[in-house]
Amino acid sequence: MFFGLGVLRGLMVTLKNFVTSYFMPPDRGGLFTVEYPEKRLPVIERFRNFPFLVYDKDPENPRCVACEICANECPTKCIYIEKDTDPNKKPLRRPAIFDIDITVCMNCGICEEVCPFDSIYMDHPFEVASSDRLEKLLFHKNDLLKSNDYFHKIRPTHAAAIDARRRAVEEKKKSAAVKPSETGQPPKAQNGGKP
Amino acid sequence: MPKSYTVQNTDLLDTQTLEVNFGPQHPSTHGVFRMFVELDGEVIVTLKPVMGYLHRNHEQIAENLTYLGIMPYTDRLDYFNAMTNNLGYAMAVEKLAGITVPERAQYIRVIVSEFTRLINHLSLVGFLLNDLGAFFTPILYAFREREKILDVFEEISGSRMMCNYLRFGGVKCDLSPAVLETMKKITRNFPKFLDEFEALLSKNEILCMRCQNVGVLPKELAVNSSITGPVLRASGINYDIRKVDRYSLYDRFRFRVPLGRKGDTYDRYYVRVLEMRESVKILEQALQDIPVGEILNPKTAPFAKAPRNFKPPVGEDYGRIESPKGELGYYVVSDGTPQPWRYHIRAPSFINLTILEDICLGHKVADAIIILGSLDIVLGEVDR
Amino acid sequence: MNIAEVKSYIEKTLPGTKLTIVRDSLLIENPADLPRVAGLLKESDTYRVDYLASITGADYLQYLECVYHLFSMERKIGPVILRARTNRENPSVPSLVPIYRGAEYQEREIFDLFGIFFDGHPDLRRILMWEGLNASPMRKDYQQEDREKLSAEDIRWLDEHGVSVPPEFRESQQG
Repeated sequence: MFFGLGVLRGLMVTLKNFVTSYFMPPDRGGLFTVEYPEKRLPVIERFRNFPFLVYDKDPENPRCVACEICANECPTKCIYIEKDTDPNKKPLRRPAIFDIDITVCMNCGICEEVCPFDSIYMDHPFEVASSDRLEKLLFHKNDLLKSNDYFHKIRPTHAAAIDARRRAVEEKKKSAAVKPSETGQPPKAQNGGKP
Repeated sequence: MPKSYTVQNTDLLDTQTLEVNFGPQHPSTHGVFRMFVELDGEVIVTLKPVMGYLHRNHEQIAENLTYLGIMPYTDRLDYFNAMTNNLGYAMAVEKLAGITVPERAQYIRVIVSEFTRLINHLSLVGFLLNDLGAFFTPILYAFREREKILDVFEEISGSRMMCNYLRFGGVKCDLSPAVLETMKKITRNFPKFLDEFEALLSKNEILCMRCQNVGVLPKELAVNSSITGPVLRASGINYDIRKVDRYSLYDRFRFRVPLGRKGDTYDRYYVRVLEMRESVKILEQALQDIPVGEILNPKTAPFAKAPRNFKPPVGEDYGRIESPKGELGYYVVSDGTPQPWRYHIRAPSFINLTILEDICLGHKVADAIIILGSLDIVLGEVDR
Repeated sequence: MNIAEVKSYIEKTLPGTKLTIVRDSLLIENPADLPRVAGLLKESDTYRVDYLASITGADYLQYLECVYHLFSMERKIGPVILRARTNRENPSVPSLVPIYRGAEYQEREIFDLFGIFFDGHPDLRRILMWEGLNASPMRKDYQQEDREKLSAEDIRWLDEHGVSVPPEFRESQQG
């Protein structure tokens, strides 16, 4: 075998790739990259980035009940929650403060998995670069709250499944609440019927 | 002990050795790794690896987390192979807690870990050629293929590299038929790409001259120094944990373990190319017979919602897998609380560095770079 | 691999070694026996345990422990798990580097993170943490550095250079 034949064969490969990059579609050896800021690839539905909170109708009453499960389970402890109180200092089932430090968050998605109230989900936008790392990269409640429609927009199938489940639960609750009055019986006492 | 290299010509000429620090910021050290090298002219006299620049005491962090909370941290050990890192950890905890995994989940695990092997070996070959001076042509061809696999990972797990996909007793999400079809397409087209890649590289005279007989690792030294993975097999020792332990479902698939003859840098390169071909074989079989069924053991499904309730019984276990870089072992000690009492990682890249000095001595500086490249270290795993 | 068989084999060949079975592993009562036991397992024709997979330290509050996972590459069997316990105040275990080169970096790591000395190790230095750190970070009683407070050294340096340090940064000096 001639010395240099291997190099020549390699150069043929690069030549072939050079030519196909101009005349072929991307899946058959053509240009694979896109010019990022001008062109964008579609975001895959299951893609996850920093978390956001879902509200159903108005942002004042989010699904979140400030149970702090996500804050406890977060591996990096980047979530900080404080419960809201009414004027009589009685705790309410909604957060007064809900902060996520996204400089610490590592997008693992565990908050989304553990949330029992279908409230926190992983978001899509990934362009969060900022010149101020202290204030602008600490997301407060108002930055995090996004409507259910937005959730439907970024993740249609996931959001539809969640909505269907929530509706089923609600209907079950309703029918359970309606049943006793239908039969005419008084609702069962909480203490098991004991006086 | 490393064989020593004596400085030549000291009597004839007034020479002295030169001390050079490679790194910590040096593109060829693949991260923040430092080689303290003593040189006689261009020849290496001593070489001391210095590490720890990326140390974050992962083990101590993990001892303060729940078992599920550790899973995303394991992604960041060897950031090229998040799926196999997850698999090793999940298997160690499953052994400890006595959890079985449904068949479909086992198949998915095999598929994703073999895809991970493809990614790792592809990028290794690309980076090795970069170290050799073939700037960015081979690595961009490799990354073009890697990109397709990463897209699949994003589709199934939500993240390209930090997958966090496996759960104790199964996997997080199911594979849809469309994803399976994409996987099949990638697997079908991969051998064609490998042929092209090999035509570009394997017989290239420059690559052969630079790599053959450089950094020869003898068999006995390899075994004695606990070297594992492709580096060990390039020295001609048939030890693949997929074959030895037959964990997960690897006893169902037909594949061979490629071995090298000499144990030089070229063998280490070529063993990886051959391993990719074997991985494609496994993928073909697994994608063919993946059954329908559940993806998470129903016994552990509640723990995904409440990780703090997951308390493995008191005990300890050492789970190991054949990660693309070698034997990845997780040693977990449970004291019956939601947090592990002790959690240790046997990191293959860390231990493979033991022989770096031995196989570099007497070679030129430029050879040390490719020897380090062929050992395939990732600093996230070395320093932990 | 049956651990009881291994135990009786070692006790027969090396009289005087005291072994106890703890959770499928062999606890070597006197750590000084460790190199002899490992050397025997490596050379023995029945086991040929030629591959030291992993060494781990562990802190059990009353004592420190080293756990050795050994496999055989030739026979493809394993694991044999050995343990050696040592006290917390003056921890030391004989090094296995003369028998298994693979122990070199792992023992350095344990020395670094647990402070266990390995007698006979050729190059026992810190490997992951920085030189001059006076603590063993993986021990359970290790206190993490409080980032809000300044260390005594820094305060001394600042005082010398005429910088007034507010009292809220000084509290760690007493502790």
